[in-house]
Amino acid sequence: MRIAICVKEVPDPTAEKRIDEGTKRLVRSGENTLNPYDRHAIEAAVRIKEGPAPDTEITIVTVGPATATRSVDRALAQGGDQSVHVADDAAAGSDLLGTARILAAALKRGGYDLILLGQQAADSESYVMAGLVAELLELPCVTQAASIELGDGSVTVKRQVESGYDTVKATTPCVVSVSDAINDPRYPPLPAIMGAKRKPHEVLTLADLGIDASTVGAAGAATSVAALSKPEGRGDTIVIEDDGSAAAQILAFLVEKKVVA
Amino acid sequence: MPLKERISAFDGLDITPEQREILEAIREFVDREIIPVAKELEAKNEFPTKIVEGLRDMGAFGMRIPTEYGGLGLDLVTYALVIAELTRGWMAVSGIVNGQYIVGGMVAAHGTEEQKANYLPRLAAGEIRSCFSMTEPGAGSDVQSILTTARRDGDEYVINGSKMWVTNGDRASVIALLVKTDSDVQPRYKGMTALLIDKLPQVADQGGMKISPPLGKLGYHGVESVEISFEDYRVPASAVLGGEDKVGTGFLQMMSGIETGRINVASRGLGISLRAFELSIEYAQQREAFGKPIGHHQLIQKKLADMATRIEASKHLILAAARRKDSGQRADIEAGMAKLFATESCQRCAEEAMRIFGGYGYSTEYEVERLYRDAPLMMIGEGTNEIQETIIAKGLLKRHELI
Ligand SMILES: Cc1cc2nc3c(=O)[nH]c(=O)nc-3n(C[C@H](O)[C@H](O)[C@H](O)COP(=O)(O)OP(=O)(O)OC[C@H]3O[C@@H](n4cnc5c(N)ncnc54)[C@H](O)[C@@H]3O)c2cc1C
Ligand SMILES: Cc1cc2nc3c(=O)[nH]c(=O)nc-3n(C[C@H](O)[C@H](O)[C@H](O)COP(=O)(O)OP(=O)(O)OC[C@H]3O[C@@H](n4cnc5c(N)ncnc54)[C@H](O)[C@@H]3O)c2cc1C
Repeated sequence: MRIAICVKEVPDPTAEKRIDEGTKRLVRSGENTLNPYDRHAIEAAVRIKEGPAPDTEITIVTVGPATATRSVDRALAQGGDQSVHVADDAAAGSDLLGTARILAAALKRGGYDLILLGQQAADSESYVMAGLVAELLELPCVTQAASIELGDGSVTVKRQVESGYDTVKATTPCVVSVSDAINDPRYPPLPAIMGAKRKPHEVLTLADLGIDASTVGAAGAATSVAALSKPEGRGDTIVIEDDGSAAAQILAFLVEKKVVA
Repeated sequence: MPLKERISAFDGLDITPEQREILEAIREFVDREIIPVAKELEAKNEFPTKIVEGLRDMGAFGMRIPTEYGGLGLDLVTYALVIAELTRGWMAVSGIVNGQYIVGGMVAAHGTEEQKANYLPRLAAGEIRSCFSMTEPGAGSDVQSILTTARRDGDEYVINGSKMWVTNGDRASVIALLVKTDSDVQPRYKGMTALLIDKLPQVADQGGMKISPPLGKLGYHGVESVEISFEDYRVPASAVLGGEDKVGTGFLQMMSGIETGRINVASRGLGISLRAFELSIEYAQQREAFGKPIGHHQLIQKKLADMATRIEASKHLILAAARRKDSGQRADIEAGMAKLFATESCQRCAEEAMRIFGGYGYSTEYEVERLYRDAPLMMIGEGTNEIQETIIAKGLLKRHELI
């Protein structure tokens, strides 16, 4: 089985985010790291390879600047066999659709049975890339997977929803984004970190993928950021001084909010 | 609360991307798997089984073991920085890795082909644990006055005597043991031999070999240090490290690993200092006294400046010694200096952290009191700092002899 995992390099999520006043876009010049949500997708693929489908080949796919090789290697160390990295200056400033177009083109070449994504990117947090890529590739899409089970020519995915789980069966090839509750990603083993550089890395340009540069990147962005504002506060904080009834008051509050019945 | 810029052993250093990735992975493991549980485990003096399993899965026990025996063959610089980061989490953890490192290093450097093939892959995989044992109730710094003997009897050696402070001694499956095989020869060290003794983990009574319950300690909880006594305990003659023609070279075999051993201890000192400073600079900005954060009082600032300067100096002494050793040069003086300075500094940093934390530093609710209890061992282990000073001075007098 051939699995592709879309991974993104994002600014260190623990660092303070900064917005460039001019472009109104996130400043990405600081420490960057592999999107933590994508580690769950890698783990899910590695477990498939370690379990039901040992002949699985795992390809790490990313769209990002040349410096993103660091995150590609991190992803390979956690369990990829090879990588495809689309790095082209003309791709900088791609909006969601632009990024999805490039990803879809790169994925199409590989003929993958299963395309995995993280649930969200820790920087722009759109939660929609899986849907976009699936749409462009005309493949079934299942999001928020809490478990993935392989069938014959299909996958059965449990999705976490508010009231419990939906169980969805999709024919392969298909696109699945995994929830961060699906697993506990392993730490990359040190030998794999040392071996990552030696795995096959394919670096592609937009031209290699036959993409017209004017349809992606800043030039092709259909969206622009018009204005930025701070989110409103969350409203009043209730402070309960404990006079012996604090527990009862908290319980009443939780019941009122339907958190507990 | 997170710091805008983190405190680490390796940020800002001129290291390769691969070294950095290894250190990042270890760092993440420490932050997520060690720091959150260390306080509770240490208070219960509980062996960190889950942490050890995690490190084993990452391949961390084979860091310095050659690749042909299943290890990573990492350079000393990377190893030293990894040890500092692990110790930042908890000193007991680096103590567990340390046992593999010392014994693995001795077998790799001096073992016969059979010994290497027998022990190194299992040590690298973390399948077995190991310990090394020189110290006795009556002999620590003065290694040459040990009394444990191994008498040749046919194809065997018969061991008698008692060893003290054997760290990892209960859980280990192999002991690198220093014994006397000839009590008459002069100088005395020429009568000493290193043996690789197989043992069962966690069995107190093994016939002529008895392992004591864990010795009580001020700190360094979580990893056991035991006494091991031998009474007519028989081992095959093939236990001699390096084979039978290496009888009488055990002292030198043990000492040859000691340069890197000292760098290892220096790194552990650095790790304690890093943690002490990290906690202190955070607390100094949160805790207020006399209307401002205590970090704005000059006397607290002096402490912070002193701690950070010592950390920076320790780091560079360790790097200089490790780089020198990696390049194949002798580094005994440099390793001694790194050990001396970095471990005196960790004691100082732990104490300053306690002062900065005030009463909370003394409280078992916080981590600082553990650092304060763990730090002093670094001044004693792997050659006391007094011994380091004599070694540094003797080395310098020899290096810079009059002509
Ligand atoms: C005008 C404009 C300009 C922008 N310029 C840039 C820019 O220069 N650089 C930039 O990084 N972002 C830029 N962005 C943000 C960018 O559009 C989104 O980050 C990106 O398209 C994906 O959205 P997301 O990260 O929120 O995806 P989500 O839907 O939150 O991500 C879900 C999953 O999609 C996958 N994924 C997301 N992005 C990638 C990727 N690049 N490669 C592989 N897999 C991926 C991962 O598996 C991830 O877990 C810009 C946005 C706008 C509106
Ligand atoms: C928790 C713990 C774990 C240990 N783990 C191990 C282990 O795994 N394996 C092992 O073999 N050993 C181990 N040791 C033993 C340790 O290495 C010794 O304690 C150390 O070498 C000092 O020896 P000593 O305790 O006999 O002190 P002594 O040698 O008796 O020294 C007492 C004092 O005299 C000073 N002194 C001695 N000689 C001189 C001199 N020539 N000049 C100036 N001052 C001098 C010393 O510096 C010290 O201040 C451990 C010890 C502890 C506490």
